[in-house]
Amino acid sequence: MHPAFSVVFFTTATGAGYGLLALLGLLGGSGVIPADFWFGLVGMGLALGLIAAGLLSSTGHLGRPERAWRAFSQWRSSWLSREGVASVATFIPAGLFGIGWVLLGRSGGWVAIAGLLAAAGAVMTICTTGMIYASLKPIAQWHSRYTLPAYLIFAAMTGSVLANALLQGFKLGSTAMPIWALLATLAGWGWKLATWRYNDRLEIPTTANTATGLAGGTVRSIEWPHTEENYLLKEMGFRIARKHSAKLRLITQALAFATPVALLAIVYFVPWPLGAIASMLAAGAQFAGMLVERWLFFAEAKHTVILYYGRE
Amino acid sequence: MTCLPARTEKKLGLVIDLDTCVGCQACVTACKEWNTGGHMAPLTDIDPYGGHVDGVWFNRVHSYEHTTEQGDRTVNFPRSCLHCEQPACVTVCPTGASYKRASDGIVLVDEDKCIGCKLCSWACPYGAREFDTDVGVMKKCTLCVDRIYNDNLAEEDRVPACVAACPTSARHFGDLGDPASAISQLVEERGGVALMPELGYKPTNRYLPPRARSERAAKVDAAALEPIKAEGGFLGWIDRMLSN
Repeated sequence: MHPAFSVVFFTTATGAGYGLLALLGLLGGSGVIPADFWFGLVGMGLALGLIAAGLLSSTGHLGRPERAWRAFSQWRSSWLSREGVASVATFIPAGLFGIGWVLLGRSGGWVAIAGLLAAAGAVMTICTTGMIYASLKPIAQWHSRYTLPAYLIFAAMTGSVLANALLQGFKLGSTAMPIWALLATLAGWGWKLATWRYNDRLEIPTTANTATGLAGGTVRSIEWPHTEENYLLKEMGFRIARKHSAKLRLITQALAFATPVALLAIVYFVPWPLGAIASMLAAGAQFAGMLVERWLFFAEAKHTVILYYGRE
Repeated sequence: MTCLPARTEKKLGLVIDLDTCVGCQACVTACKEWNTGGHMAPLTDIDPYGGHVDGVWFNRVHSYEHTTEQGDRTVNFPRSCLHCEQPACVTVCPTGASYKRASDGIVLVDEDKCIGCKLCSWACPYGAREFDTDVGVMKKCTLCVDRIYNDNLAEEDRVPACVAACPTSARHFGDLGDPASAISQLVEERGGVALMPELGYKPTNRYLPPRARSERAAKVDAAALEPIKAEGGFLGWIDRMLSN
């Protein structure tokens, strides 16, 4: 599948944004993270900013972005429509929580409820994003039990690492947060390795035989219907990444998982400005690594239509 | 509405005979000609006379070599929308632009509602949908919905343009939901198959597999050429002179 940058950035940014929003909503609303105007402003600003930037970026993928409002109508059948509804609906409790926790400096009571609802909305939106991909039967690498948990785990991971970087930056660092961020990163690493392992051994029942209805023997493409690449080959026949996939998987692991794990591990052992710098570097490296991961998620996914063109 | 109708009154579709298709591309050009002025018009071409020709087509003919124990055979394979009973291209549509008609089962796109998110083309395993980069919306086969019900056309012309154009009658149109229809009986008789049945889209269109080879078929192998002997005499002299 062609990795359109607008969609790669969209899913990575909203994943991190919703992960951060959910954490702030739960920990801020309940008072675990005390209300602090500047921390709250930067934290909520970053969470909502990532979400808004991601959503805006996703409209860059559209052929007719001026009609994007129509996408809220088909939530009964379409995961993409549900994503649109959930993402916009989440802004309401998130906004109320922001007013209560950041502007009024309150936690507990209605602020806690708004925070809880914002977290629930964030989780639901991430689920709808994951289901858009997990529900597509023609793409076996996506239509698997690994896809939906991956979106949830990566959102929790990037959100936690970001939250830790902010807490450290504002000198509000708790002892639990770096450990939680580190564990979440290890979970993400494990899940990605398991997913790659599953995809590499995947045996797809759909073949050139079932695609053409020609039973038995081998079916070899000898002539395409057209001489140049068409929409189908440009969108679904993307092959560039395969050549470099081993290297890109290493880059993903180094940036998204190994570097943040190492940096988060040293936060305990170094004094304040250094721990904060390590935490911020961890968040930056991980975001860059997750962009590579998401790029590979698209580039390594194979659509059944390429069987008609004799491509593997 | 992108929820699917529980059932459709008819299941209009195509049956394509892979035995008789000669790969002439007449259906491809007839489709393009009709539809570039039809329901989903225009079928935009990008850089049509340049080095990177691209454009929207509803029907594409591939050629394959099918190798079995009986030997090799070339199979020409027209590929277009199969008007599935379970079209995920419709249910994934966030705007309601894609829909399946309850009356005849035809899957269509309302171009005025399409936002060009391309998700339907990802959801279609058959590559039936093509994005028009110029207009910014998705386009697909309409089963010539503007021909088959068109009272301005003679009755025999009320078939999809691809069917009307086929010189070998390899394409058939009709109601596949009616077991008594000529097209359903053809499928029954020839053992017509659905494409990628394992994905569960339940396509309406059927493909008739190539017939088994007949032992009685005439041999078409030409006799091997014999090497030409050098000739003597006058003709041999001319041959040598001209060969220099």
